[in-house]
Amino acid sequence: MKLPIRVILTAVVASAALVACAGKNTKPPAAEAAAPAAAAQPENNGGKYTVESLDTDSCLRQRVVYFDFDKSEIKPEFQAQIACHAAYLRQFPGARVTLEGNTDERGTREYNLGLGERRGNAVDSALVAAGASASQLNVVSYGEERPVCKEHNEGCWHKNRRVEIVYTAKQ
Amino acid sequence: MKPAMTHRIFARAFTALALMLAAAAAFAQGLSGDVPTIDIKNGTATATPIAVIPFAFEGTGLPPDTDVAAVIGNDLDRCGQFRTLPKADIVEYPTRGSEIKYPTWNLLKQAYILVGRQIENPGGDIRVEFELYDVAKQQQLLALAITGQRTGLRDVAHQIADLVYEKITGVRGAFWTRIAYITSTGTGNNIQYALMVADSDGFNPQTVVRSREPLLSPAWSPDGRKLAYVSFERGNSSIYIQEIATGSREVVSARKGINGAPAFSPDGTRLALTLSFAGHPNIYSMDLASHQITQLTKGYAIDTEPKWMPDGQSIVFTSDRSGKPQLYQIPATGGAATRITFQGNYNANASIAYDGKHIAMVQGNGNVYRIAVLDKTTGDSKPISVGNLDDHPSYAPNGSMLLYTATEGSRDVLYAVSANGRVRQRLVLADGDVREPSWSPYRQRGQ
Repeated sequence: MKLPIRVILTAVVASAALVACAGKNTKPPAAEAAAPAAAAQPENNGGKYTVESLDTDSCLRQRVVYFDFDKSEIKPEFQAQIACHAAYLRQFPGARVTLEGNTDERGTREYNLGLGERRGNAVDSALVAAGASASQLNVVSYGEERPVCKEHNEGCWHKNRRVEIVYTAKQ
Repeated sequence: MKPAMTHRIFARAFTALALMLAAAAAFAQGLSGDVPTIDIKNGTATATPIAVIPFAFEGTGLPPDTDVAAVIGNDLDRCGQFRTLPKADIVEYPTRGSEIKYPTWNLLKQAYILVGRQIENPGGDIRVEFELYDVAKQQQLLALAITGQRTGLRDVAHQIADLVYEKITGVRGAFWTRIAYITSTGTGNNIQYALMVADSDGFNPQTVVRSREPLLSPAWSPDGRKLAYVSFERGNSSIYIQEIATGSREVVSARKGINGAPAFSPDGTRLALTLSFAGHPNIYSMDLASHQITQLTKGYAIDTEPKWMPDGQSIVFTSDRSGKPQLYQIPATGGAATRITFQGNYNANASIAYDGKHIAMVQGNGNVYRIAVLDKTTGDSKPISVGNLDDHPSYAPNGSMLLYTATEGSRDVLYAVSANGRVRQRLVLADGDVREPSWSPYRQRGQ
């Protein structure tokens, strides 16, 4: 069971840290504090990330991709997020991710299961295109069954039209 | 039906039913009392006026808790074709035909009058005798009796309503049926889903299955003994078939991707379903004896929500192959699909009336989603609901009414609406959300 609180936090982090995402040297204070511990870890495959980076790296901490209504195209602002998760997955071949596809409440539940899967597949394809292995990825669609927001307006619907990147194995 | 002959069968049926309900009650989810709230949203002047007189009790013990006449009256009001005389306007209380003073009921402009009495049998069960009269003709139309246990009198009342309905309209009544629906209560980590079954008026709810993960899309087997549904309890969607009486169940599909939208064929031998293991959601047909699947649709679109036509020869489903979701029809063995909806930019989730000519669906225009009925002969569709986020229509087996889900505030609630859209009733069955109603087939005696 995924906590909506986590999702909301992720969303907040996502909006706050969008710019910082591309540059690995511009880390927020929280990441700075964790950096010494991360440095103590052995380097993995010569990559730039450690397992702790999932909690500390401003880009890797973004785990939600949002979509337009009835759409499954990944918007340009999420490319950086896709790229850093793909890089992490490439660096840690044992890492596994479930892509949870979700929709807003409009439309029928079974159709929305299809739409959620389409969004999950879009993120799946983008991650593979950016270097992740298909065998690391699993798509599950929840359709409209797991809203993070239950009001009937666009502000809320926007938050629900999403794919959550959930690590089931970190390395 | 010959009541004298069916007397024992009914008695046995109700014993079984009573035991089942008692067992179910022990597991029943915490509802706000056992009594659903029912509000009538609007009436109709064209409905047939009928006086349903409170049934007298003849016996030495306490009268039964169930007000049989009230249950019958509520059934008749709910379907939109009848308008019962308000209790305050009932001035005389005949309990048998010989006591009816026709001028009184003529004056009250009643077309029909139903009278009856509940007679306590030595064994403790109740024999409900009832008589239906045409007021203008002063003519007896029905004089029958049904026996049931004290705890099963709602079932007896629904069967009487069915007989009255059939006698007057010529169409079999569908009040003695059941509904399946999904509830969800709580939020966040404490959310709890349940698949429920209740009488057609929402009474006697029983839990079929409970889960902490989403449940959806309940579908009845044609014999009314089983439900197919989708559960996420394994982490991904899976389709289960569960026997209602025993609770025994089996997973019939847990493939990669979507396992959704189960629908039993009218003969009960096959299950139409949506599977995406091959890459995209497509319609498949599963032989329930062997569990072998046959792919019916192909392509990259979302094809889902298959529903069988009553003759079992073809399947109506939702597809966005033309851009937005629309309804299509395909032979049950596969082949070319024909688009059947052209009005409205979003048409999905068909419920097909028993005549195969009327198809209810979710019709979306902008941000407004309502239930509309498509007349398949003319191709015209018209809305029969008035909400903004209405979903999941389900026809009664006789096509006289539909159930659907409406979203009101932060809650999903069920509505019953007459097929002509004139009478709507809100059924508040539980705390939290109640959605995805599915109307059972006709009930069989002993079930």
